[in-house]
Amino acid sequence: MRTPLRPLARILHARQEGLNPDSIEKENLKVRHEAMREKTRGRAQFRLFILCASFVFAFGAIGARMGLMAATEPVEPKSSAPGAEIIAQRADITDRNGRVLATNMTTHALYAHPKVMVDPKGTAVKLEEIFPELDAKALERRFTDGRSFVWIRKVLSPEQMQKVHEIGDPGLLFGPREMRLYPNGTLAAHVLGGTSFGAEGVHSAEVIGVAGIEKALDARLRDPAQGGKPLTLSIDLTLQSTIEEVLAAGMGMLNAKGAAAILMDARTGEILALASLPTFDPNDRPNPLVDKNAEPGDSPLFNRAVQGVYELGSTFKIFAVAQAMELGLVNPQTMVDANAPMTWGKYKIKEFEGHNYGPLLAVTDVIAKSSNVGTAHIALMIGPLRQQQFLKSLGFFEPTPLELVEAPGAKPLIPKKWPEIVTITTSYGHGMSASPMHLAAAYAAIANGGVMIKPTLLKREGPTTGVRVMSEKTAADSVAMLRRVVLEGTATLGDVPGYEVAGKTGTADKPKKSGGYYHDKVVNTFASMFPASNPQYVLIVTLDEPQDDTLSETRRTAGWTAVPVAAEIIRRVAPLMGLRPKLEPVVADAVTAASN
Amino acid sequence: MRPVLYALSFLALIALGFWAYRENYATQAALKEVEGLQRQIVGLREALTVQRAEWAYLNRPDRLRELATANFDRLGLMPMEPSQFGTAAQVAYPAAKLPEISFTTDIQGTITSDAEGL
Repeated sequence: MRTPLRPLARILHARQEGLNPDSIEKENLKVRHEAMREKTRGRAQFRLFILCASFVFAFGAIGARMGLMAATEPVEPKSSAPGAEIIAQRADITDRNGRVLATNMTTHALYAHPKVMVDPKGTAVKLEEIFPELDAKALERRFTDGRSFVWIRKVLSPEQMQKVHEIGDPGLLFGPREMRLYPNGTLAAHVLGGTSFGAEGVHSAEVIGVAGIEKALDARLRDPAQGGKPLTLSIDLTLQSTIEEVLAAGMGMLNAKGAAAILMDARTGEILALASLPTFDPNDRPNPLVDKNAEPGDSPLFNRAVQGVYELGSTFKIFAVAQAMELGLVNPQTMVDANAPMTWGKYKIKEFEGHNYGPLLAVTDVIAKSSNVGTAHIALMIGPLRQQQFLKSLGFFEPTPLELVEAPGAKPLIPKKWPEIVTITTSYGHGMSASPMHLAAAYAAIANGGVMIKPTLLKREGPTTGVRVMSEKTAADSVAMLRRVVLEGTATLGDVPGYEVAGKTGTADKPKKSGGYYHDKVVNTFASMFPASNPQYVLIVTLDEPQDDTLSETRRTAGWTAVPVAAEIIRRVAPLMGLRPKLEPVVADAVTAASN
Repeated sequence: MRPVLYALSFLALIALGFWAYRENYATQAALKEVEGLQRQIVGLREALTVQRAEWAYLNRPDRLRELATANFDRLGLMPMEPSQFGTAAQVAYPAAKLPEISFTTDIQGTITSDAEGL
């Protein structure tokens, strides 16, 4: 109820008393204002309290939630895509047709907690029974010297695991493991390389590549973003297997120490097969050689096709001739000086077995007969500088760009200075060393109409562009010359009817460690391409220290060793690639039928 | 009117509570099933990897070559050779059709085994 400001009774009373009635009004106004102030303050306080409470509540809720999240164990969201665990594996490696070259398998590792072990001695003895390579005494010592954790084996087979279960000791424990498996055994071992375990834990272990493409493309194979998509190589399993079979047979027959072969598609640069013998099993990689005096080539891990840097001998001659033709210095019919022996300063350049193909020889015969002197004269026409540039453009001065971890380390050996005598020796493949893979890439440039394409071990779709290193005409003339080598030159054993093989032999004496050359140790190379009318494939075959003892005579020239092996490889491999022989096949049955 | 409304809302509350309870357990059951299925998928995938590896192992060229050699008398398989490519000319033409019989002749006689050429 509202109190009036000037209550009549009090006013009248005040008037009677002669007081100022206005003071009554003032007093009442003051009382009213005080009441109003009290009320407003109460309301404001209440509002502040509510605001404060809501802030406390809101921040309290957020804080509590944060504390809860920090304190709980992280859990995978339950509705995640299935099989995420599988995709996190190392990707498979397949050949160009999708056949598995490397895959993963789940297995177990064995470890022990000696402190909870019931019978350390008995367990050690029983473990030795299961794994003969373990030593029970050493194992027992490790179980009893107070440590709380011991690794026993990295991988177990299911049978071994069952036997360990049967020991029944609570201190023996298993950890899941991913294991790399190469189902084809030794096949393409040098391409694949191998793997081992990196960081190891109880619940899982890292699988890391240690050699070959497994190491070179380790990041790609382990990348979870790839979603476990297999890595497709350019290798064809069938061709690889055939080449390894033929090469091994040839190596055995010719008593060679080692052998290598490369089959390459000249158009795309894809390596269809790459073999190096002796080989190894990537499932059980041998240890590298420790003996410091041993040559790297003595280990089966050594990849002769990529790491084997040899003087490649006369296979180099075609490069000098091709360059001279490209520069317009000669044409296939030009006669050049081939009078042997040739004297250059204090050096004497001779032909094989002291022949003399001179005094003049046509350029095409220089290649067919493999004349050192003729090539030397052609190289002198070119000159050192241009020769170096050309060899550089063919990739002979750099390691090959192949996707193998061994490739960048295999640098060609190039003379530091390049006087004219080096020009001469290099023109017939001495004095400078390169790997068979370098040779394959350079021959592929000739086969591909003069366009140099980078070799690769990964599958490519369609032809790729490259750098032109010589004109199409020069390339065609060079192929024609190489064809003559097989038809009537040093590689007549290399002719495979129907496949028009063209190629060049190379025989190089092996250099001694102490300087100089061995006379009875050679590296034989046959660099070939087929079919000559439209070259598609390049095949390089290299044999290390071969000798042919048939026909009561020891022969060490490539024409008698590497060439027949290459011919057999082409005979077996070309039909597998769907190459139809050019000749009409002789229809034997029809002839017999007619004569009857 | 008001008590009826109260009663109805109370009943609705109980019904919703029951529904939420059932949904909760149904969700948990579904999650458990998904988990089981996922474990099964992982197991099957692992088995698939093993089988793929085994297939590759059994089909490795070395083994196939040995098998082909061991069973040569039955299969007669040889490595592929250039001579195995044929030409279209080697395929025989289909035999010419016999002319239709236009008139009939009576033939009497016996057919012996020597008369195969006819």
